[in-house]
Amino acid sequence: MNIDKKITDDLVVNDISFVTTVPCKQLAGVIKEVEARDEIFHIPSNKEDEGMGLCAGAYMGGKRPAIIMQNTAIGVTINTLATLIQYYRMPLPMIISYRGELREPVACQVEMAVHTKALLAEMKIPTYHFHHQSDVAEFDAILKYTFMCNKPVAILTDANFWGGYGDQ
Amino acid sequence: MIRSEILRDIAPILREHLVVCNIGLPSQELHMIDDQPSNFYMLGTMGLASSIGLGLALSQSKTVISIDGDGSVLTNLGTLPTIANNVADNYILLIIDNGSYGSTGDQPTYAGKKTRLEKVAEACGCENVVVCRDVDTGRVLQAAIDSKKMTVIVCKCDSGNVKVPVITMDPVVIRDRFMKAVSA
Repeated sequence: MNIDKKITDDLVVNDISFVTTVPCKQLAGVIKEVEARDEIFHIPSNKEDEGMGLCAGAYMGGKRPAIIMQNTAIGVTINTLATLIQYYRMPLPMIISYRGELREPVACQVEMAVHTKALLAEMKIPTYHFHHQSDVAEFDAILKYTFMCNKPVAILTDANFWGGYGDQ
Repeated sequence: MIRSEILRDIAPILREHLVVCNIGLPSQELHMIDDQPSNFYMLGTMGLASSIGLGLALSQSKTVISIDGDGSVLTNLGTLPTIANNVADNYILLIIDNGSYGSTGDQPTYAGKKTRLEKVAEACGCENVVVCRDVDTGRVLQAAIDSKKMTVIVCKCDSGNVKVPVITMDPVVIRDRFMKAVSA
């Protein structure tokens, strides 16, 4: 299974046509796939809170948005999640590269990984963790759930899910 | 002129279009001067009026005017390259540049010192950047709308505030009526 294609197919099937991204090595394949699809307008952001602002505008303009980002950005976006996305009750799927988990080669990434789930829980953000490739089967249902309840929803995707970092 | 005088001056233009208004006093002043369902008031999240406006402009065809301040553009300076590289000809970013953080007590911003936001916008790749005096804002704004070209307007004005009540409307009501105005 090509998980980059599967994730992008599910976005398209769920009519998600506005996607903003801040890159991560693990997300490179899915970002490339999103960029290649005619059904999706791909707009890279310079920072994740900016990206959430773009998504809020797209949603009010009648499009279904999504953001693709790293978990380090949870530290950047708490205020935006609380005072924009949650306060105005907007749906936002957040496809998050969960750095700092098993098979992570960069020690500093662990420093935000240990806070990631706690911060999402504190924000009362529904959170799903993809650890095995087969977990992606739930992605379609998670997207439907997000636009049913009008909330930001986090999908954490770790190194094991993406197939690790080779021999590192 | 101070910001509230400019908003009063341009209100007849604004009410014909979708407006995303910056957090704090700008939203409170616009709400007091001419509340419209087509106004999206930001109650929090400093810096994102330009991003919300761009996302909105890229997603539908009506003209969108983001009313921002020099301080909040400095907060989200990464917005200018994103705007420059994702042209929406129904989008106008109106930066009311009074050189100060008005909502927090008129502390000076760097835009009030050595930094020129119009030059930053141009360096970021924005193609239509217009600097105007406070008294010319209405004329320049209308010309930008009529041009049907994405435009960044930097309006130089005096710092100063008027007493205004806070906005007590529920955020979901603001969002809901705004979305109805978008799709009307």
